[in-house]
Amino acid sequence: MAEAARFEGASLALGGRVILRGLGFVLPQGAFIGVLGPNGAGKTTLLRAMLGLLRPVAGRVTVLGRTATPGGPAIGYLPQTRTPLSELRLSGRDLVAAGAGPAWQMGRLRRAQRQEVEAVIEMVDAGAYADRAVSTLSGGERQRLLLGQALLGAPKMLLLDEPLSSLDPHHQAATIDLVRRLQTRLGITVCFTAHELNPLLPALDLVLYLGRGQAALGSVDEVVTPAVLSRLYGTPIEVFRVQGKVFVMADGYAVERDSHVHL
Amino acid sequence: MFTYDFMQNAFAAALLVALVSGSTGYFLVLRGQSFAGHALGHVGFAGATGAVLLGVPPFWGLMAVTIAGGALMGFLGDHLRDRDVAIGVVLSLALGLGLLFLNFFTGSAVQATSLLFGNVLGVDRGTLVQMAVVAVFSFCALGLLARPLLFASVRPELAEARGLDVRLISVAYLALVGVAVAEAVQVVGVLLVFTLMVGPAAAAQRLTVRFVRGFWLSVLLAALAAVAGVALAYLTDWPTSFWISALSAAMYIASVFIIV
Repeated sequence: MAEAARFEGASLALGGRVILRGLGFVLPQGAFIGVLGPNGAGKTTLLRAMLGLLRPVAGRVTVLGRTATPGGPAIGYLPQTRTPLSELRLSGRDLVAAGAGPAWQMGRLRRAQRQEVEAVIEMVDAGAYADRAVSTLSGGERQRLLLGQALLGAPKMLLLDEPLSSLDPHHQAATIDLVRRLQTRLGITVCFTAHELNPLLPALDLVLYLGRGQAALGSVDEVVTPAVLSRLYGTPIEVFRVQGKVFVMADGYAVERDSHVHL
Repeated sequence: MFTYDFMQNAFAAALLVALVSGSTGYFLVLRGQSFAGHALGHVGFAGATGAVLLGVPPFWGLMAVTIAGGALMGFLGDHLRDRDVAIGVVLSLALGLGLLFLNFFTGSAVQATSLLFGNVLGVDRGTLVQMAVVAVFSFCALGLLARPLLFASVRPELAEARGLDVRLISVAYLALVGVAVAEAVQVVGVLLVFTLMVGPAAAAQRLTVRFVRGFWLSVLLAALAAVAGVALAYLTDWPTSFWISALSAAMYIASVFIIV
């Protein structure tokens, strides 16, 4: 299988502090990869490195065969939004269209670019509410539009940063299902960061688990084991499988649900 | 009322100011930065009176300070969030300094009032030409910046990942807001800058959620408020700035009750 991204001895730092050290793995193309790990483990940092927004302090990060640079190769990105969209008096269609074409393009969108905006809105099935103000949409509806925006430019790889946070379980399942369908249909690689493993289980090909500056990549059965997770959490971890779900426990606490385990 | 020179100048100045403040105001409201317009007005007061003290035309002193202030605000960006005490102190200091500079020069209350509340009937032909040059330049610059600015305003993290320099755009945009403030002060004064920059733009965004339509509607409503304000002032002999602020508020209130 061709490779989507390659980390070669890559160390990533934020504000002088090394968050992830000596990462070495290859993300295969066309896989649905769940990026998991406790708060502060470096999930967003990892995505930013793939986008070229963060240069590794050591080693190399290559994406689709080239050194990661912002605005470079075809990567779709759904960032965690700090900007509140709940006050935005702009239509969903115009919100999506804001990301169309080259970012520095001046003047109006060309016809082909407007058609692409319509196409991605169609792909995420958001046509019914694309004309309404973003401020009047539900969290799930906004999420769909932003996912559509990430599909602009026909990316070969999608980086989705915590798309499930602030969604209820029903919308979480619908989002995962939609991403999985888009991923298979378009044949693209998906990196999907999340706090909880279980909602992702039906869609996952691979898990990239982060903890204590390290990473483990493999199938759920290979990575979500007491041996690997005890190393990543730095504390004895037990893994229980109940009715097709996986529970990761440390000292009797489910480590995904609350952040009792500090690294 | 169209036969008098000073009325012709007043209408022309009102239109120019509406063009600049309606267009920059649209993004101010979209970005949730309405307060920036108000803040730059205050800072501009010190610039204008300081310029008089130094023998520089007040319009240019005002503009130099509002552009520099806007660029600084853009540069500081997120650092300004939740700093209302520091901002409030700086703004009151700017007004206080403006008063001091005025006191050194003439102590003229007329000049203070026209800076604080505007004096559109006092705009002469020379000022008008300067205003027109600045207005056309800044409107064209905003037009060129509009798309990247929209992207950087609504999706900053994504825009950054796509190679946009979000901070540079922020600095450039707030410098243009500085220009708009300096223009608006000629008509409504530093204390009422808000009225032309925020009221029409907020009303426009309630009446349409489409980007291009909202942008032009904002300019149109600002022009309506400014021109009608000058006309009503002529007919009633009440202050122009009062009429403009009343019309701007009426537009916003009406737009809240019109459901789109």
